[in-house]
Amino acid sequence: MSIEWETVIGLEIHAQLATRSKIFSGSATAYGAAPNVQANLVDLGYPGVLPVLNREAVRMAVRFGLATGAKIARRSIFARKNYFYPDLPKGYQISQYERPIVEDGAVAIVLEDGAQTTIGITRAHLEEDAGKSLHEGLGGQSGIDLNRAGTPLLEIVSEPDMRSAREAIAYMKKVHTLVRYLEICDGNMQEGSFRCDANVSVRHRGRHEYGTRCEIKNLNSFRFVERAINYEVARQIELIESGGSVVQETRLFDANRNETRPMRSKEEANDYRYFPDPDLLPLALDEAFIEEIRAELPELPDPKAERFASEHGLSAYDAGVLTASRELADYYEAVVGILGGEAKLAANWVMGDLSGFLNRDNLEISQSPVSTQRLAGLLARIADGTISGKMAKEIFEAMWDGGADADAIIDAKGLRQITDTSAIELAIAGIIEAYPAQLADYRSGKDKLFGFFVGQVMKATAGKANPAQVNELLRKMLAG
Amino acid sequence: MTAAEIGRGLRAGKFTSVEVTRHFLERIDRAGKALNAFITVTPERAMEAARRADASIARGEGGPLTGVPLAHKDIFCTEGVLTSAGSRMLSNFVAPYDATVVGRLAAAGMVMLGKTNMDEFAMGSSNENSWYGPVRNPWDGTKVPGGSSGGSAAAVAARLAPVATGTDTGGSIRQPAALTGLTGLKPTYGRVSRYGMIAFASSLDQAGVLAQSAEDAALVLAAMAGHDPRDSTSVGVAVPDYAAGLGRTVKGLRIGVIGEFFGAGLEQGTGSAVREALEGFRAMGAAIVELSLPNLPLSVPTYYVVAPAECSSNLSRFDGVRFGHRCADPRDLQDLYKRSRGEGFGAEVKRRIMTGTYVLSAGYYDAYYLKAQKVRSLINADFRRAFSEVDVLMGPTTPTPAFAIGAKVDDPVTMYLNDIYTIGANLAGLPAVSVPCGLVDGLPVGLQIIGPHFAEERLLAAAHAWQRETEWHRKLPPLFA
Repeated sequence: MSIEWETVIGLEIHAQLATRSKIFSGSATAYGAAPNVQANLVDLGYPGVLPVLNREAVRMAVRFGLATGAKIARRSIFARKNYFYPDLPKGYQISQYERPIVEDGAVAIVLEDGAQTTIGITRAHLEEDAGKSLHEGLGGQSGIDLNRAGTPLLEIVSEPDMRSAREAIAYMKKVHTLVRYLEICDGNMQEGSFRCDANVSVRHRGRHEYGTRCEIKNLNSFRFVERAINYEVARQIELIESGGSVVQETRLFDANRNETRPMRSKEEANDYRYFPDPDLLPLALDEAFIEEIRAELPELPDPKAERFASEHGLSAYDAGVLTASRELADYYEAVVGILGGEAKLAANWVMGDLSGFLNRDNLEISQSPVSTQRLAGLLARIADGTISGKMAKEIFEAMWDGGADADAIIDAKGLRQITDTSAIELAIAGIIEAYPAQLADYRSGKDKLFGFFVGQVMKATAGKANPAQVNELLRKMLAG
Repeated sequence: MTAAEIGRGLRAGKFTSVEVTRHFLERIDRAGKALNAFITVTPERAMEAARRADASIARGEGGPLTGVPLAHKDIFCTEGVLTSAGSRMLSNFVAPYDATVVGRLAAAGMVMLGKTNMDEFAMGSSNENSWYGPVRNPWDGTKVPGGSSGGSAAAVAARLAPVATGTDTGGSIRQPAALTGLTGLKPTYGRVSRYGMIAFASSLDQAGVLAQSAEDAALVLAAMAGHDPRDSTSVGVAVPDYAAGLGRTVKGLRIGVIGEFFGAGLEQGTGSAVREALEGFRAMGAAIVELSLPNLPLSVPTYYVVAPAECSSNLSRFDGVRFGHRCADPRDLQDLYKRSRGEGFGAEVKRRIMTGTYVLSAGYYDAYYLKAQKVRSLINADFRRAFSEVDVLMGPTTPTPAFAIGAKVDDPVTMYLNDIYTIGANLAGLPAVSVPCGLVDGLPVGLQIIGPHFAEERLLAAAHAWQRETEWHRKLPPLFA
């Protein structure tokens, strides 16, 4: 009998906070600037400089805490994490250690099969990012870019509550959705604004104690998280089943070779010598400050999805897809607003053609060439029967490329659907007239020929006749 | 002439800032080398600032310090000028910005003469720990001037500058002031911005003044104090007009005398001078109350956990990567770190970095750092209790007058005990001032006055009252009279 294994995963997500300036200095945080132009004396750790906490970063951390139902510490403390590295200018990182600003939150996740579960958030704390070491293109030397040094991060530490890579992805996506709803992080994973470390272990199902874990560092895409975890789980199980044991260590995921590898072992483990930073007073938050932030919170994805389901009659799945991003939900809701209803039609188009085209052209919803106004204009014509769904797709494509509104395209292309019964009857009469042999065959029982007549009518009307009406009238007239 | 007197003379048109500045630059030229009080002298800048000051005085602008020269301890960053902190590590460091203290005193119209010698990174009590060599005490060239602000003390004592800035982490203003016959003020923690002051121990460091009189200290403190948005630990308490408050009487002042400060280790002559001073205050109408602060004797060990812990972290930025000393031809990163720091730091700095690293390390943190923080709050509580009974505390500033250069260099613990009376005020963040109260064998002795938080006005008024009754602060070292 083979043993059943259970995977245990906890994630440490680093979300770069979307403040304009750094967490302890006035330098800009914009991505992609020339090396070291966004590093002032404080970021460079010059002699005599002092950190001053960015209030906006604090507000953002509190927003996250409130949105996850966490406890907001009325008093939290910044500590120094001491170690030497060239991209760490002060020789210590300022981070929250014993007393983080956010503790004890949770988020709900839904898997594709509809299963729901809750993932606990142990803590979320504020800290500064380090700079970057550059080793390529410098003739064997190393360069240091300190633009990123001092960028505010919120490190979100989950409980070891996830039991599969899929759950881990669902959780990470949910946090990704949340931080963007809250407008505290741009969520850009390519630029490293949202990344995670995964703690992975395995144990026999039913056991209480955890297995020895490995930490996989710096995963910056959902796909990598999934692949890294799956590889690591398989590695650990194989290792144990072949009589070995897992060593607690930090590993790196190599996306090209699709495997995790131990990080180059350091000469000895770092002792970070954490102690409270004497340059920063304990961060004290009062009720008024917290309540002010609570009052400013936007509608969050879960309540929004519930509203879409109950008020718009959408399925839980559709409501979940539409609320995965605040922009998508806003777009959808604007279309429904303009249409004055037709929620299901709007949902199908937003999740279907619109999302498809956006993906194809690699655009964000905010960059959509088709505005909410125009999509609503198109859907209105479907709803009132002016055009068929098939015609709508053609018009949508023209709107995407050309930028006119639906009515103008319908008129310009003469795509207005023929719904005038007598006009359709006239066309049918002409076709019956033109194909006497086929008519005779049909009437003698060759039902398959019905499709032939539909095709001829549509051809005669250049595809503009309302298909439902064509069907109905043709059946009547062929019967004689 | 005191800074205040120079200021009055300038505004009365008796002389110009250019003349005064030239006078001090000449004195520095003649005696600066022998005392080794200055690391850098900035004559061109000084003359230019003096001309600007004269122009504003001529327009009827400026305040009591406009045109008055001063010297800065070389721990304050000064834009475009070497800022060494007395260390080989920063012997090539030209600061790219002005410390808040430097900027504020310049804005008050003061004229910087140069930067004074100091114990490396402010770690020391004798000014023997400087990469630039020891400073000599103007009262006796074979003696130390105290430290770490030894260069500032020697400069003002020898009248190479009318007044100077200093920093005080465990006594580094008060102790040298006492040993050179000056008025040395360490303000309340947070009273003066630390921005641009190279950090030794962040929770203890405070900028202050070494002056010829309480009046001078009052004027300079008023110009440098106040909240600074660049220093989160600076406090937004309004800055009073300290000079205006000097006239307050000491009649009825309740003076607490700390029993623990008069035990074994206090040199006899020093003790007698301080007791006489206390009698003087009684004669002026103050009430003397004997007090005990039972946890105060734990100050020195507490300090020598907290201060090294903070310094071990504060000095990590000196890694040879971005500024400061870098070793020649590093083989790799570890070699760069090890040799740059090994060569750049002196023995005492290394000793404290190692001590600090040890007390913060895993397994020792609770036994040392955490325990020290607990003792620190007990010491705080002792002071709070004392100030519920008395207005100020008084006692000796140092256990002995100035000692001989070289006498204690090989015995760090004996050296550390020099600060036994001064460290308490740093641990509790309290303001304290040392004023001259006598001579023992021709060497000055200081009386220390400690007050509650933000009671600088009270301290300065008491010091001023004392200085109206006595001449100790007007005595000059015979060689420089």
